[in-house]
Amino acid sequence: MIEILYFAWVRERIGLPREKVETTAGTVSELVAELSAREERYALAFSDLSALRVAVDQELTDFDAPLEGVREIAFFPPMTGG
Amino acid sequence: MEVRVQEAPFAAGAELDRFTARADGAGAVVSFSGIVRDDSGQMAEMLIEHYPGMTEKALESIAGQAVERWSLADVLVIHRFGAMKPGDQIMMVATAARHRKHAFEAAEFLMDYLKSRAPFWKQERGPDSTEWVAAKQDDEDSLTRW
Repeated sequence: MIEILYFAWVRERIGLPREKVETTAGTVSELVAELSAREERYALAFSDLSALRVAVDQELTDFDAPLEGVREIAFFPPMTGG
Repeated sequence: MEVRVQEAPFAAGAELDRFTARADGAGAVVSFSGIVRDDSGQMAEMLIEHYPGMTEKALESIAGQAVERWSLADVLVIHRFGAMKPGDQIMMVATAARHRKHAFEAAEFLMDYLKSRAPFWKQERGPDSTEWVAAKQDDEDSLTRW
């Protein structure tokens, strides 16, 4: 089980702030493909990965990152702090 | 080193006085405050969403890098989340160093990094529209100078 978190407009498009998912995906990209195949709202949220950022266990990473042993993944748009 | 992520407003002047008082041996203190700006004249509210847990970790990591790189005596980062009005303080950073050049550079580094590497997202709410603020390429580009 992996906990997936969504923020900002990604959260709005998917319609959930977080969910637990059972997956056999080996990388973040594979998980994205799996979710996108599941329902239209995921396909829509993940349609342009260049507009998204991903954090694995609260560390920024890229879509090739492996998922072995990972507890938490977050998807969100580029950050706008400050 | 002090990093705070909070919903409550803060008084930048009082924070700066406290920070300066404890920055023993530093010859220079630089501070920056970010304020909610209403460019359109239509903003009723700004909402800042964040990623609890990761936000603190990211800010601590950025602050730690600044301390090490510029041998800072101390650093303070305060960043708010939640609802704010135009004119409200969003965040502040303060740096204390032996010399001003290091204090200025470290403050700029902190600002550049926390703009696009700390998990905050701004949303502007007007009378009839709500919009997520898009990240600027300039902000991303400014990281390359470090």
